[in-house]
Amino acid sequence: MRRSVGDLDRRGRAWYVDKAVAGLVFIGGISAIVFIIGIFVFITREGWTFVFGTLDFGEFFTSIEWRPTSENDPTYGALALIAGTASVTGLAMLVAVPFSLGAAIFIAEFATGRTREALKVLVELLAAIPSVVWGFIGLAIMNPLIIDLFDVPIGLGVLNSGIILGLMAAPIMTTIAEDALKAVPDGYREAAEAMGATKWQVIRQVVLPAGKNGLMAAVLLGVGRGFGETMAVLMASGHSINLPTSPFDSVRALTATIAAELGDAPRGMEHYQALFTLGIFLFIVTFCINLAADIAVRGVRKG
Amino acid sequence: MADESGAITGAAPPKRPAAELAIDVEQVSLWYGTFQALFEVDLQVQSGSITALIGPSGCGKSTLLRSVNRINERLGDYVRTTGSIRVMGHDVLADGVDLAQLRKQVGMVFQRPNPLPLSIRENVLFGHRLHRADEKFSKADENQIVEEALTEVLLWDEVKDRLGQRATELSLEAQQKLCIARLLPVKPKVILMDEPTSALDPKATETLEHLLWELKGEYTILIVTHNMAQARRASEETAFMLLGRMVEHRSTEDLFLTPREQETADYIEGRYG
Repeated sequence: MRRSVGDLDRRGRAWYVDKAVAGLVFIGGISAIVFIIGIFVFITREGWTFVFGTLDFGEFFTSIEWRPTSENDPTYGALALIAGTASVTGLAMLVAVPFSLGAAIFIAEFATGRTREALKVLVELLAAIPSVVWGFIGLAIMNPLIIDLFDVPIGLGVLNSGIILGLMAAPIMTTIAEDALKAVPDGYREAAEAMGATKWQVIRQVVLPAGKNGLMAAVLLGVGRGFGETMAVLMASGHSINLPTSPFDSVRALTATIAAELGDAPRGMEHYQALFTLGIFLFIVTFCINLAADIAVRGVRKG
Repeated sequence: MADESGAITGAAPPKRPAAELAIDVEQVSLWYGTFQALFEVDLQVQSGSITALIGPSGCGKSTLLRSVNRINERLGDYVRTTGSIRVMGHDVLADGVDLAQLRKQVGMVFQRPNPLPLSIRENVLFGHRLHRADEKFSKADENQIVEEALTEVLLWDEVKDRLGQRATELSLEAQQKLCIARLLPVKPKVILMDEPTSALDPKATETLEHLLWELKGEYTILIVTHNMAQARRASEETAFMLLGRMVEHRSTEDLFLTPREQETADYIEGRYG
């Protein structure tokens, strides 16, 4: 045996490439987490002193008086803003859930071959439309349409922004819901069909129940999208502080408030900090929604 | 191969009176797109018997089986079938055939056990509820249906205390038995089995084969198997297919002891396949 054991220690190029790639991927992966934490730290730091100092929680959650620029008596009641965001998101889901689930069922269960591929591409294209374009549609097309159809003085409000937001959220919800349906093993469909189930019976009784966690995740991510959307809502909602009582009322969303006011709020002042408080609130809500979606998806894997 | 086709089709057993036949396949050819998977296949299965379909991989035995309940058509328009398949005298390839009704008469058991992701009880009742949706059944009726079906497949004692458990959590053997049990409440005439024991261990295979003999008579069973020993043990008649053609179909004993065709002899001796 002339060959020494030392040969086993030799490291070729592949070894170095492997280590380098592993390192790069690690940095890429960890940076996402670092950024999320960084963002959270940043918005918390800006709003911190205000949240635990000046802010009256009772006022924040129950008052509709958002008057941060008042000279002598600024008030920070976010109820109307929360209600604005919630009503718009709620209506958006009423629009988006049937559309997106219907589209997902059609694409996953009925469409075949080219139709299917074409639809998938189309849905992804829809998802890529910039939100300002949606806002523009709300302002320029939906607004006069609502005024004409319902004979109301202004067409910017819950209805307009809810529909716009619903259409915006639908494509991404469709994609996720379709993935959830595709993840249902084909053996289930085959088994049910072999027992004589019709297509709709297979979907109703087998595919939807089996994919329900994924569908739930799709809906929750849509809700998260609705909560976080800014530009389209700012443009289509009317942006006036209101507790909405009808779908035609103008409302103002949390996100839109931050976007519209941050430029005018002097850094470090109460108003500035109050806007960051809204940001913290949004962050926590969307975080919870996404977490719920994540837990729902995990459920799907387990079952 | 082409010049042999005459001899091959001549190998089918003499025609039996149509009344005794549960399945009567005549001159069936089938194409997947441009690929022809079956060539003028004939097969007659007597009512109440167990018939095994054997042959090497890709010989078309599963394709033939899946044509009988037309589950093949899941693949879409690119499957094309010619010829005639009669089940209990009805032409199942005819245009007006309702697939739900056909599949009520012709149940199927698959290679991998595929219980639905529901409870054991719901699985047994699934087909029953599909086909008798407009009738009202009390809970007691349903309990009885579940008990009868599970008893018939020798599963009742094992699962009677946990009918609410998810069927997908059962052992593979129990799952496969359940997949047979769920066919029984709608009283199919024919049960098709596509290598039903290939995912099971030898012990489970044995109990399943035993179960086949129990079900025989009441149901007509057509079983595809890779396993020649299984065909020998668990069937009365055996049909051997090769390259999309029916080579030989006789009583199991005759086919294995005195095969008529050279291909059959070579296959059962293990020279290929």
